[in-house]
Amino acid sequence: MQKYNYKEIISSNLWSNNVVFAQMLALCPLLAVTSGATNGLGLGLITTAVMFFSSLLISLIRPLLTPQVRIPVFILLIATLVTIADLAMNAWLHELHKVLGLFIPLIVTNCAILGRAESYASKNPCFPAVVDGLATGVGFTFALVVLGGFRELVGSGTLFANASLLLGESFSLIELTPLPEYRGMLLVILPSGGFIMLGILLSGKRLLDSFLKPKADTAKVGNEFSCNVD
Amino acid sequence: MILISEKIKQTLAYPALLMGCVALLVCSLLLITNSLTAQPIADRQREDLTRQLNQVLPSSVYDNQPLDQKYEELLNGQKFTFYRARLQDKVSAIILFTHTSGYSGDIALLVAIKADGELSGVRVLSHTETPGLGDKIEQDKSDWILGFSGLSLSHPQPAGWAVKKDGGQFDAFTGATITPRAVVKGVYEALQLFKAQQNYFLEITDAAEDTNRS
Repeated sequence: MQKYNYKEIISSNLWSNNVVFAQMLALCPLLAVTSGATNGLGLGLITTAVMFFSSLLISLIRPLLTPQVRIPVFILLIATLVTIADLAMNAWLHELHKVLGLFIPLIVTNCAILGRAESYASKNPCFPAVVDGLATGVGFTFALVVLGGFRELVGSGTLFANASLLLGESFSLIELTPLPEYRGMLLVILPSGGFIMLGILLSGKRLLDSFLKPKADTAKVGNEFSCNVD
Repeated sequence: MILISEKIKQTLAYPALLMGCVALLVCSLLLITNSLTAQPIADRQREDLTRQLNQVLPSSVYDNQPLDQKYEELLNGQKFTFYRARLQDKVSAIILFTHTSGYSGDIALLVAIKADGELSGVRVLSHTETPGLGDKIEQDKSDWILGFSGLSLSHPQPAGWAVKKDGGQFDAFTGATITPRAVVKGVYEALQLFKAQQNYFLEITDAAEDTNRS
């Protein structure tokens, strides 16, 4: 039995092979919803849930699949999970659904989900696949929250506005206004500002990685997940 | 972990059967979810509608449940959805859903008009105007939309039904003239429609009664 390095699966998906910061996938939903940290967190959590279940289901039916019909089967399953998430949110998280409603069906087109289904869940047993799906989802959520928070802070001077809609009244504590007198910067909220901010964050990650690299060299280099985007 | 031999997988029918089974599975999953969520979703939408209604119409104006019956009618070639609020079985106000063309797409409006033609309240339901500029038509962002309450076709005079830039009496926001202009036009048109079809909306003639009480 093959031994799985869960630590590496998790760290690779969270940082070195992050869907957004390394693979540059799923940029459309990323740029569309990250006008605020709360929206980013909301979409990230839904995407994580969808990824968890899609990885689980696909790794379960893996022995039945044939190469000819595997992609349609993945898409059917992912679309179903997203529709279920959409209906459930409309029923039980209605306020958040009003904010994110437009973007939920778009999770189907999130190539990161299909990508993980094809490259990992369909080739590995249930448990590692689920860990991989969760880690990828958390990595995506992390990217959404960081970019959303950054844009919200620069664009309107708040952080986690309306978080109580998502997480319940008790979380109104984290709705911060660090810059109360700040008039806001419209450009950053608009989609073009999203690209600019993403660029700044990506270069920040590169800088950080280049500082950390000498250490990583002495350890183990070249994991099978890494993909170079130079 | 091989449940089905490669030989079966190679047959022509296998992929089709597999797709069929998966489709059956997902359809049943969706059916179950839909039946579980249909009632909560309907409840939530009703709550939303009630909240909007309470914003535009004081509860002293009606004593029925206006949301119990929804009316849809083709007027001037456009389909309108509206509700009738009644006081002692007479229509005391209507809540009309209408829309107008803004700077970037449709602006959906909720307009409550009392039986005497006076505006009880206006709200923007949805829009795609520029954030930070045109979105001041939302009540969350500015009190501008509240300025419509109490106005009617004769107050102000028709010339006043425009933004200040066009010689009217309504404020426009800095950097966005098209958005408030569109909202003013939409509300004005709703009032004109109400006046033109007053008998129909208020169910004054017997004929109107018959068609709508069915």
